[in-house]
Amino acid sequence: MTQDILDTVAFDDDGFMEDAAAWTEEIAQAIAEALEVNLSDRHWDVIKFARQEFETQGEPPTLRLITQQTEVSMKEMYQLFPGGPAKITANIAGLKKPTGCI
Amino acid sequence: MAKPSRALHQGSDETGGRKLALIASKGSLDMAYPPLILANAARMSGIEVEMFFTFWGLDIITKKKMGKLNVATVGNPNMHPWFGIPTLLGALPGMSAAASWMMRGEIKKLDFPPVPEFIKLLIDAGANVYGCKMSMDMMKLTQDDLVEGSTVLGAMEFMDITEGAQILFV
Repeated sequence: MTQDILDTVAFDDDGFMEDAAAWTEEIAQAIAEALEVNLSDRHWDVIKFARQEFETQGEPPTLRLITQQTEVSMKEMYQLFPGGPAKITANIAGLKKPTGCI
Repeated sequence: MAKPSRALHQGSDETGGRKLALIASKGSLDMAYPPLILANAARMSGIEVEMFFTFWGLDIITKKKMGKLNVATVGNPNMHPWFGIPTLLGALPGMSAAASWMMRGEIKKLDFPPVPEFIKLLIDAGANVYGCKMSMDMMKLTQDDLVEGSTVLGAMEFMDITEGAQILFV
C-alpha cells in the first residue's frame, strides 16, 4: 500500500528522486521498502545526516564522511544498507546519486 | 524515469552480482592507492572484492611497513611535472622522504585515509584481503606479520576463489 506513494514522485533513470525538496519521511519509507531495507532508528540517523549534509553542501555525503560524522561505523553501514551503502542511503534520503570516490 | 528498486542498484545482489579480483604487486605509496581506491569503489557499489597482495604489494598489508610506504623519486616518470623533481635531483638524500611527505599531504587533503586505515576500512567493508604465500616465504614473513583480518593464500587458491571475477592487476 505504501508503494503507491512512489507513483506521485518523479525519479531519474537510476531510481533517484529528481527533486530532493519534494522528499518526505513517508516517501523515504516507501523507497526503503522498494529497496528491501527495514528502517530502524540507526538507519534514520544516517538518512537525517545525509539530508542535513545535502542541505549545507549541495552534495550527498560520501560513505567516509557518514562514518566520520555519525556514530555508525563502516562495518555497520554495510550491514544497514547492504549492497552499496552510500548509494542506497542517498536513494532513500531522496538525494541524487553520489559520485564521491570514498 | 524509473521507480527505485533493488535491481537498479547494480551488482547489489551479494550472491549473484559482480565480483572484482584485484592483484596489487607494487608497494610504493603512489602505487598502493589505485588498488585500494578501486576496491573501495567496488565495495561501495555492492561488488564483491577479492584482493591479492603479492611481491612488493605485500608491504601494503605488512604491519611494520604499511604506514611507511614511500614514493620513489628516481626512475619514476611521474615525478615531472607534478612534483617537478628531475631524476638526477631525485637521487639526492631526503628527496624520496620529501616527495612522500608531500603526497601524504595531498592524499589527506582529498580525505583519503592513510594506508593502514584504508586497509582496515576495506576489511570492514567486506573486501577479502590475501597475502601471497610464495612472496611471503621469499621475504620470510608469516601470518603474524600481516594486518589483522588478512589471510595467507597460494596463487592457485586465489584462482579458485576468483572464478568468474573481473581481474585487475596493479
